[in-house]
Amino acid sequence: MQDKTDLTSLIFGRLSLESIPYHEPILVVTFAIAALAGLGLLGFITYKQFWGTLWHDWITSIDHKKIGIMYIILAFVMLLRGFSDALMMRAQQAMAFAGSEGFLPPEHYDQLFTVHGVIMIFFVAMPMIVGIMNFVVPLQLGTRDVAFPFLNNFSFWMTAAGAGLTMVSLFVGEFGKTGWLAFPPLSGIQGSPGVGVDYYIWSLQIAGVGTLLSGINFMVTIIKNRAPGMTLMKMPIFTWTALCTNILIVAAFPILTVVLAMLSMDRMLDTHFFTNDMGGNMMMYVNLIWIWGHPEVYILILPAFGVFSEVVATFSGKRLFGYTSMVYATIVITVLSYLVWLHHFFTMGAGASVNAFFGITTMIISIPTGAKLFNWLFTMYRGRIRFELPMMWTVSFMVTFTIGGMTGVLLAVPPADFVLHNSLFLVAHFHNVIIGGVLFGMFAAINYWFPKAFGYKLDDYWGKWSFWLWTIGFYAAFMPLYVLGLMGVTRRMNHFDDSSLQIWFVIAAIGALMILGGIVASIIQFVVSYRRRDELRDHTGDIWDGRTLEWSTSSPPPQYNFAFTPVVYDNDSWTDMKKHGYERPRDGFLPIHMPKNTAAGFVLAMLSAACGFGLVWHMWPLVGVSFVALIGGFIIHTFNYNRDYHIPAEDVTRIENERSQQLDRYA
Amino acid sequence: MTTNATEATQNLPSSHFYVREHHPEQGTLLGFWLYLMSDCLLFAGLFATYAVLSNSYAGGPSGADIFDLPLVALNTSFLLLSSITYGFAMLQMQLKRVNGTLLWLAVTGLLGAAFIGLELYEFAHLLSEGYGPQRSAFLTAFFALVGTHGLHVSFGIIWLIVLMVQVKRFGLNAENGRRLMCLSMFWHFLDVVWIGVFTFVYLMGVL
Amino acid sequence: MSEHNAQPPSGDSHDHYQGHHGEETHPGHSTLKGYMTGFVLSVILTAIPFWLVMANVIESAGLTALIILAFAAAQIFVHMIYFLHMSPKAEGGWNLLALIFTLILVFIALAGSVWVMYNLNINMMPGVMSEPVLEMQSQ
Repeated sequence: MQDKTDLTSLIFGRLSLESIPYHEPILVVTFAIAALAGLGLLGFITYKQFWGTLWHDWITSIDHKKIGIMYIILAFVMLLRGFSDALMMRAQQAMAFAGSEGFLPPEHYDQLFTVHGVIMIFFVAMPMIVGIMNFVVPLQLGTRDVAFPFLNNFSFWMTAAGAGLTMVSLFVGEFGKTGWLAFPPLSGIQGSPGVGVDYYIWSLQIAGVGTLLSGINFMVTIIKNRAPGMTLMKMPIFTWTALCTNILIVAAFPILTVVLAMLSMDRMLDTHFFTNDMGGNMMMYVNLIWIWGHPEVYILILPAFGVFSEVVATFSGKRLFGYTSMVYATIVITVLSYLVWLHHFFTMGAGASVNAFFGITTMIISIPTGAKLFNWLFTMYRGRIRFELPMMWTVSFMVTFTIGGMTGVLLAVPPADFVLHNSLFLVAHFHNVIIGGVLFGMFAAINYWFPKAFGYKLDDYWGKWSFWLWTIGFYAAFMPLYVLGLMGVTRRMNHFDDSSLQIWFVIAAIGALMILGGIVASIIQFVVSYRRRDELRDHTGDIWDGRTLEWSTSSPPPQYNFAFTPVVYDNDSWTDMKKHGYERPRDGFLPIHMPKNTAAGFVLAMLSAACGFGLVWHMWPLVGVSFVALIGGFIIHTFNYNRDYHIPAEDVTRIENERSQQLDRYA
Repeated sequence: MTTNATEATQNLPSSHFYVREHHPEQGTLLGFWLYLMSDCLLFAGLFATYAVLSNSYAGGPSGADIFDLPLVALNTSFLLLSSITYGFAMLQMQLKRVNGTLLWLAVTGLLGAAFIGLELYEFAHLLSEGYGPQRSAFLTAFFALVGTHGLHVSFGIIWLIVLMVQVKRFGLNAENGRRLMCLSMFWHFLDVVWIGVFTFVYLMGVL
Repeated sequence: MSEHNAQPPSGDSHDHYQGHHGEETHPGHSTLKGYMTGFVLSVILTAIPFWLVMANVIESAGLTALIILAFAAAQIFVHMIYFLHMSPKAEGGWNLLALIFTLILVFIALAGSVWVMYNLNINMMPGVMSEPVLEMQSQ
């Protein structure tokens, strides 16, 4: 009997039936719905006999276009989860007045704001920007794929594995209750003895590996794989922002890796990096995590800036104003983002000299961003502006992000920050810049490049509903938070005793519901667009009269992107080609050298997820086996030297001829 | 088509705008160098943590109490020698000599293993005295920094063995050549980090 | 304005996975002389710091620390040149640029952390109260 229990605890670690929260009604209902939806999806895939396609054309694909689409699908799914958390929080805070405690006790509410932040940053915003960069950058560079296609696939599946691990925490165990950055000592083994922080750590470590490798991949792609004639200063501006974003990724993510590793050592090995006793220093965690954390927010926003630059130029029918200064502004932002991190903890007692230094650097970093805004405005000035959806999102961004940026500069003043730190003012500020900046940028990007990816435009009517509901909903949801913050209301509280505050929370909740409407509208937009795809078809591949090379391909592009590699002479090279009467080649196509699909990335990522799960629950045999299998699998993969093939010239000719015929029909 | 033909300065031959065949340059070496730069920042985080926690003895031993400099000097020489023997392996690779390459790789691996062995001996000794990473923040930071370096070397040795098998089986083809160069960069980089470790941790710890 | 006079550059020769004839993957060809020079320099630059510390040669610990740090920097430089073949030509200058950028960030992370943590400790850690803090408290 004793042996059996010992064996059980050896295999299952601290996992038991008690770990499943079957006495939490909200979770049980959620699980039931998720399980039904999941089974429905699996049934649908089986019914359509889609498993083969799914495996061969998507899961094992090393095509940057497919991987980019998968990233964005992942981001959207996680957006639904992260936003559900937001709705619950808004509902709780709107209700919990006049004697009511609401429906979410603190230990539940704490998990909500923690997982909401983690999901939105790591599994919505990051996959969205990485997905957009994945799809667009090689096409803009005039090349066939990224520098390391297998690594690209692996990076995606590692991100998905991290997201999966976080999702599992909802139904097996719990998530952290520490806030999205998990400061010790609360996140240490004594403050959080449960599995929550361990889920947090291993989800992020796994996803972090994927992100870091992606960063290296794109840096090398942009440096090495540009079309002939495309010097750095002739690259599309989105590619410049992608380059700087990936530099930030490579430079910042190792710090996150190391600080989370140290936290996990404190938790698992009883070390003293950040403990209260034996010489540990918890502020070192805060210091290191923000050395990562500040570059992280610039990682999120720079691609959005790049999108806006492309969209503004295209829909104003003009070359981007001040390309050179845009490039330099981006580079300056990249470098300066490493010099501001302490502004996240002005109040922790570093003193006036330190605070002054970082306050000044923070104010300086707003200047290049301002320069970018003026350049966008000057691009629009005297342009022939078309208010297609991407342009609408861009204009909304300009207004919304400016407000958010201004509140940021306000917070950069240490004395002001002493009043506003960790208040709802701060919460309003960062949602202002992330939603107004990153999310609106991604919506603009999706509306802009969707036709390129899928061959048909997105429906305008539902797109406009989504736009207005999101924009107005955002203001309704977050302007009250600025007011509350200025009144001194603290963040991360599940209820307040002062009933005069309730009206503001109710307005915020209404705003959240409007945003929900916006999300529903965009889901409808996807469905309606698919059904109307023949009407909305993009026949020429250049539906917006674009300026950069991706618009020279068909919609969607062929697997190999370009049958012949374009040669570049100027910025806005596609506009240049159109101006000089470019005609596509009709013959002489050659076999094209392409990398093969592979299952290795998926398998290795799933092994990592298993290892992560084992580490969370202290299931040491599982950890040992999966880790050895991971290393072994990777080594076996390196013995495969046969990773590519050629697309026969006849196939290329056929594909290109089909396109030529279509262009002739619709020219 | 949406060209403004009237504005075109000239209609150029279409072939002006493309090349039929174009192979982008190999990116593996640059990519690996960038990975090493990210690893540099990982070690920077560990060095920074060590710098901040290096005086937090919590009543336990300090660096002067526990560091065995002659042992560290021996270890340093193993690692430095292994760098030069890897260099010899690269010279053999340039001469396309498989056996010569394998020989010097093996010597490098043995020197690396000796380094790890000595380090494990040092750690085991400290643990037996009760001076493990749980004793104080200083010891935590010490074990983390030196241990992470040791883990990197260990992975390097595994990689070296795998590469030896691959060179033996597939010869010194272009792909193996690239891999050997990547491992070369990795190995020398670890020696560079060790310079930082023995200076900043061991030598300055004793001062 | 764009220049349309130049001929489009010719494509590179074959680059199959298996081989790329004569591609100089990085300048700074390894030579025996290079390795031996680097090795000898490294031995010297290692031996001297060890000797300085183990034999307690210089009175001032601070000065010794500065000297051995300088030697470390010098040896890192030697490793970069002789073993890692660092040069402004490697990978079109990108290797050097990446290294410089990384070193700057390493410096910021190290110096910044030490500065910030020192100030935090001085102001906030119990038992380490400095005069200005005590003064503020008594007002």
